This record gives sequence, structure tokens and C-alpha cells, in this order.
Amino acid sequence: MSDATAAGASGIAKTIKVDALARVEGEGALYVRIKDGAVKDIKFRIFEPPRFFEALLRGRMFSDAPDITARICGICPVAYIMGASHAMEDALGVMPSPAIGDLRRLLYCGEWIESHVLHAAMLHAPDFLGLDDALQLAKSNRAVVEKALALKKLGNDILEVIGGRAVHPVNTRVGGFYKAPAPAAVAALADRLRWGADAAQDLALLFGGFDFPDYEYDYTCVSLRHPDVYAIEAGRLVSNRGLDIALAEFFDHFGELHVAHSNALHGVMTDGSGPYLVGPIARYNNNYAQLSERARDVAKQAGLGPVCNNPYRSIVVRMVETLYACEEALRLAEAYEPPAPPAADVVPGPGKGYGCTEAPRGICFHHYVLDAEGRIVTATIVPPTAQNQPQIERDLLGVVEANMGMADDDLKWRCEQTIRNYDPCISCATHFLDLRVERD
Amino acid sequence: MIGVGNRFRSDDGVGPWVADRLAERGVRATEASGEGASLIALWEGAEAAVVVDAMASGGAPGSIRHFDAGAADIAAGTFAYSSHQFGLAEAVALARELGRLPGRLLVYGIEGESFAPGETLSSAVRAAADEVVARILADIAAWQCR
Repeated sequence: MSDATAAGASGIAKTIKVDALARVEGEGALYVRIKDGAVKDIKFRIFEPPRFFEALLRGRMFSDAPDITARICGICPVAYIMGASHAMEDALGVMPSPAIGDLRRLLYCGEWIESHVLHAAMLHAPDFLGLDDALQLAKSNRAVVEKALALKKLGNDILEVIGGRAVHPVNTRVGGFYKAPAPAAVAALADRLRWGADAAQDLALLFGGFDFPDYEYDYTCVSLRHPDVYAIEAGRLVSNRGLDIALAEFFDHFGELHVAHSNALHGVMTDGSGPYLVGPIARYNNNYAQLSERARDVAKQAGLGPVCNNPYRSIVVRMVETLYACEEALRLAEAYEPPAPPAADVVPGPGKGYGCTEAPRGICFHHYVLDAEGRIVTATIVPPTAQNQPQIERDLLGVVEANMGMADDDLKWRCEQTIRNYDPCISCATHFLDLRVERD
Repeated sequence: MIGVGNRFRSDDGVGPWVADRLAERGVRATEASGEGASLIALWEGAEAAVVVDAMASGGAPGSIRHFDAGAADIAAGTFAYSSHQFGLAEAVALARELGRLPGRLLVYGIEGESFAPGETLSSAVRAAADEVVARILADIAAWQCR
């Protein structure tokens, strides 16, 4: 998919471009212009047409939002279902029971497992092994792909048992679930989750041995934090720079900026402090102490400290989080008792509400205003990749500056690998990518 | 039968639409986003499987392409599922490498007209979908006669 045009062997004036970036979700492009040995321009473009999901929601009943927003993404539908459900519950004063909360967390663990494994093992790992794709990986290291497919299936099966379907769950609703899953079906996940934790550990240790490019950045890490557990489906918004706010204060600190070169809005902090990072590394850095002892131990064995500032090591962090998600899902599955009733009562009415969860790629924020009948007046969804886009551009700048002498094809590869650190879900962010480096 | 697509993106919903019609006729049918690893999990171990997906190859809306994926790989990019570029074509190739193809695997592609947000099929795609339903029922009947 890559197409490079390189002009000027002296390195004084050059252009490199990648017009269809592979192994990321959606369509996007990267353009880099280098002049006299300095980066003059760098643009990470997303040109999937805007998707207008927010407009599609206006006039619909509050209860439609989780199922419609779930269709924004085939990889992380649970993030949208949960964010929209929480926001509607906030708007309508609904408090689901702790048992419903636990079942939601179990469902979310399924999504983390399937999404992280797909990206880390099938799509990102080939970058570190000099392979083009998962098919080559299957030919050279069949066991990794077999393990990854089995873990992926485990994640999907959790979605199916709890959510009623592997891709876009149908058992979820504002207030909780239509039907509580049968205890036997949940119990049957336990042995597979024990295997899953071991498999995730194996992959984390294997990936920890990769040769990581030498690049670090002092990230502003933004994530949820929960008082009791490693935040997944609920918490306050925090950063490693002292931010600690309720969801309702989101727009006091974060905004969305339209830039001409991309169809996705860029996430910005309103204090002008520059790009910020959401996702696995942000969560890990902010909430490391809340990981399980085993997850922290495996992280250490895989070469990670309590803080990770090398974005390429995100592949290891994803597998540590996958290990944690298996352990957490096991804990919840073993303690499972069907919530009765399976959903809290919801009375339609006016209100405004906020919801935010840790999608595999980072915080996914929802805000809705409802009219007297409970119809959606305004909908605002801030997906993780939109927030990461300025940070992706900043990383690319740093990576290109540090590797100016690299041959164009190698530099292109490195840039693609850098973008894949973010597991960017471009179709989520637009409300789809290609790489150009220009040296002139 | 696996119907690939998104019901909220107009003609991209043709796969799920065909799945619904076949389910009504008693065929074991399911819906999928098109993400490759999930497709492999769905068809693995099956005696025979049929996949229906929308295409955006620039052909005439409603035109139908038929692939015997059990016999040969599908060219990358034929089906525009974007998810990290691990879609139907990649899943077929990987499943072949890992020995995880069903006994028979047929793929029908239907060229879409509109992929804008919406819940209705365009008339050309709707007509093609009816034809594909009939062809799959005939495929199944032929398999059962063997």
C-alpha cells in the first residue's frame, strides 16, 4: 500500500509519502516534508468522510443511543454501548446495582482481550519482526498466531455470553441488561480465562524481548481512575500532571479543534499545554499501582518499569492489560450471581448526562442533552483516536527528527510502526490514513 | 451463512440483510463486522460456509461477484473492510495457512451504491440481494444432494 517518492539523494530536499497506511483501522495518510535537514511540515491526515453519527442521533429516543453508537466501531462496540448507557443513566438519575456494574465490567474485559490481542499480536507484532502482516507471521511463528486467535475468540465469547452476540452485543440496554446470563454459561468461561491469563503472559514476555526503537516522550497521560480497581468502565478523569475532575467538567479542560488536513477533530486541552496521550500507556502510567501483583510482575519481567514513556512498548503494555483483563474477568466470573432485576428502572424525561469509559484505545467520552420526552437534543462523542491525533503527530515529528539519516523506505516503515503504537481507530475518529515524507 | 456489514451504513448492510432472509428460511445465519479473526472463528469447523459482503470496487451498483474461496485466495482490497486491514481476504489466506478453512467456502460480493449513514438498501442492491438469497439456497440444496 505504501508509495514513496524520494527526490534528492543528498538528503537536502526530500518527500516521502505513504498513501494508504496498512494495519490501522480506517483510511488515513501521513505527509512529512523535510528541507535542509529539518522537518518543515508533518500532517497525520484522516480522510474517511465524517460519519455524522452525532447528527443521526438527534431526535432519537435516549434508549437508541447505545445500539446506534455501537455501530461506530466493529472492534470496540462495548465502549460506545457503555459510554452512552452511563451518560443516559446520568441524565435520567438511574443508578444500576453493583451486580449490574460487575457484569458490565466483565463484558468490558472481553472487549479489552479481543481488541488488544488483535492489534498487538496480529497487526503490531509484524512491525518488530520485519514482517509484512499476520499471514507472514503465521508462516514464521505459527504458535503466536494460534495463541492470539484463541485469545481473540475468548474475548469474543465473553461478549457473546454476556452481550448475546460477539460483535455488536444485543443484550445491553440503558439501565443494565435485558436478560441476566445463565450462571453455567459464565462459569464455563473460568477455565478458559485461566488459560487466557497464561497465554497473555507468554505473549507479554515474548513481545518484551523485541528490539524497541530508542524514542521517549514525556507524555501528559489522561485516563480514568477508579478508587478501588484499575479503571476500565468507570472513574474520574485524571492526569499525571495533577488533573482530577468529574466527567461533567470535561469540557472545561478538553476541547475539539477542526484542522483543515483531517476529517477527525483534534483533541486539545483548553489550557494550551499541548498534546495529551490516552490509551494503554496513559492508563498504565496513571494507575500502575492498581494492576494485579501478577500483572506488575510480568510487566517487570517484560522490561517495563512503573512508568513507560517509550510508545513502542505499548505492545507490551497491551499484553499486560490483557493479562489483567483475564484475571479480572476470572474474578468476576467466579463471583457471578445473576443480577435481579437485570436492569434498573428507567423513566424517560429531560436531562443532560455524561459518560466516559476506557475503550481499548483510551477514554471515549459521551455527552447528551435530552428533551422532556427523553429524545436526544444534542449528542457529543469524543473518541480516543481523535484525542491522540495531535500526540501521534508530535511523536512522528520526534521520530523523523531523530532518524533523519535513515533511508526513505526504512523511515516510512518506522513512521507506520509509530502510528500503529496507537492502535488508531480511524473509523471511530471520524466522525478513515496514507504516509508521505517530502524532502525538498 | 455469514452476512458481513453495518446495518447503519446503507448498502453496507446488504450482508446482514441477506442473513436475515436466510435465517427466515431456516438457514443457520449470523452477522459479522468483517473483522478477519472473528470470521475465522465463525467458519472454522463448518462443513460449508457462505459469506456475503458489500463491495465498493467501482463496478455497477448491484453487480454480483462470486468467489470459490476454498479453491483460491481473494485479492487483497476486494472487500473494503478496513479494520486494521485484516478483513475477509486476509482471513481466507490466513485460515488456509493454518488449516482453518471450512470444507467449502463460497463468497458473494455485491457492489454497493451508497455507504452513507442510513438503514435502507438502494434498489439495485436490494434486487441483487434477492438474487443472492436464491443462489445461496440453490448452493445449499446442491450440497445436500451430494
